[in-house]
Amino acid sequence: MPAPQCASCHAARAALRRPRSGQALCGACFCTAFEAEVLHTVLAGRLLPPGAVVAVGASGGKDSTVLAHVLRELTPRLGVSLRLVAVDEGIGGYRDAALAAGGGRRRAGTSRSPSWPTQTSSGAGRWTPTAGTGRSRACCTFCGVLRRRALEEGARLVGATHIVTGHNADDMAETVLMNFLRGDAGRLARGGGLGSRGEGGALPRCRPLQLASQKEVVLYAHFRRLDYFSEECVYAPEAFRGHARHLLKLLEAARPAQQQLGRAGLGPLTPPDQSFYLEIRNSGHLDTFWIGLPPNPSSVRSSPSPQ
Amino acid sequence: MAAPLSVEVEFGGGAELLFDGIKKHQVTLPGQEEPWDIRNLLVWIKKNLLKERPELFIQGDSVRPGILVLVNDADWELLGELDYQLQDQDSVLFISTLHGG
Repeated sequence: MPAPQCASCHAARAALRRPRSGQALCGACFCTAFEAEVLHTVLAGRLLPPGAVVAVGASGGKDSTVLAHVLRELTPRLGVSLRLVAVDEGIGGYRDAALAAGGGRRRAGTSRSPSWPTQTSSGAGRWTPTAGTGRSRACCTFCGVLRRRALEEGARLVGATHIVTGHNADDMAETVLMNFLRGDAGRLARGGGLGSRGEGGALPRCRPLQLASQKEVVLYAHFRRLDYFSEECVYAPEAFRGHARHLLKLLEAARPAQQQLGRAGLGPLTPPDQSFYLEIRNSGHLDTFWIGLPPNPSSVRSSPSPQ
Repeated sequence: MAAPLSVEVEFGGGAELLFDGIKKHQVTLPGQEEPWDIRNLLVWIKKNLLKERPELFIQGDSVRPGILVLVNDADWELLGELDYQLQDQDSVLFISTLHGG
């Protein structure tokens, strides 16, 4: 069957169907819509005020490449300036190759984290995930924590007032599911917003791509002909996130319609009777999963969920 | 009965690593009884192009979830997915989304 016409310009053939609206758009109209949605996310959430100096966490991968490109398109509308910051954790064959691939095309301020007590690699200030324990599952547990710290320092080095990262909707859904599986009530309660104001002197952070699905991020990069680094970290197969990702992929395959992780949280009772709930929104139909006793539905607190 | 077809098969987003690192492949599909739809193309790719770890590309009779398929720059969702009938000079692009960003 031939592809339908673009619902926006009515001139070109449609290249894709938007997951949420079902609208068929050509590549150019899709990219315009994608950028408009990111702009709306930033403006409606008041994430980046005019005059902000925005440090973009730029790994060279698909999400940060798209983030940097879209924000550069939007800087006139937002009245902000951008700085690229790349963190080098020292993961051989992954981060070094990514930075080499991206470094020639962009000017980036690179953050070197300070010496950690367990640092084993040579080179000033670099740490590796094999520090102390050798190659072990524990690598992934602290990799992200240390990278976020290094990103904070890199952002300060370039004089930034805000930090943005390229997390997309799929990443957020995986994170919610991971916290749910680990029973991490604290993180479940804190999550769900579009960013953090920055506590304890930390710079405010946000994720402008948070409402964009991973598929649309990749398609945007394709239609804008953006180059990015696409290899998997060598430690990724061992990371806990993979289980959450796998489960979400199975759920998507089982339900043909687009799926969105709605919200997760705590039931109204107090521990030890407290229960966790997880909502998965599936094109208008809402499934709620409970671990522990589900309370009387009328007593459930409602909280805003991602659009 | 399907006539022989000349198509371009392309891999991106890391999927090319399963195909000797080669992104673009100009292929000639032979004439055969079965029609040349994407379903049969995948069977052909698995047999003739895929160099390693088929489970990272194919799942059942379709692509692994997380691999996008574009035919002539259009999402295969709009074209009938596995049932899309290939035309001569079509271009099929497989983009993997399964990696960090």
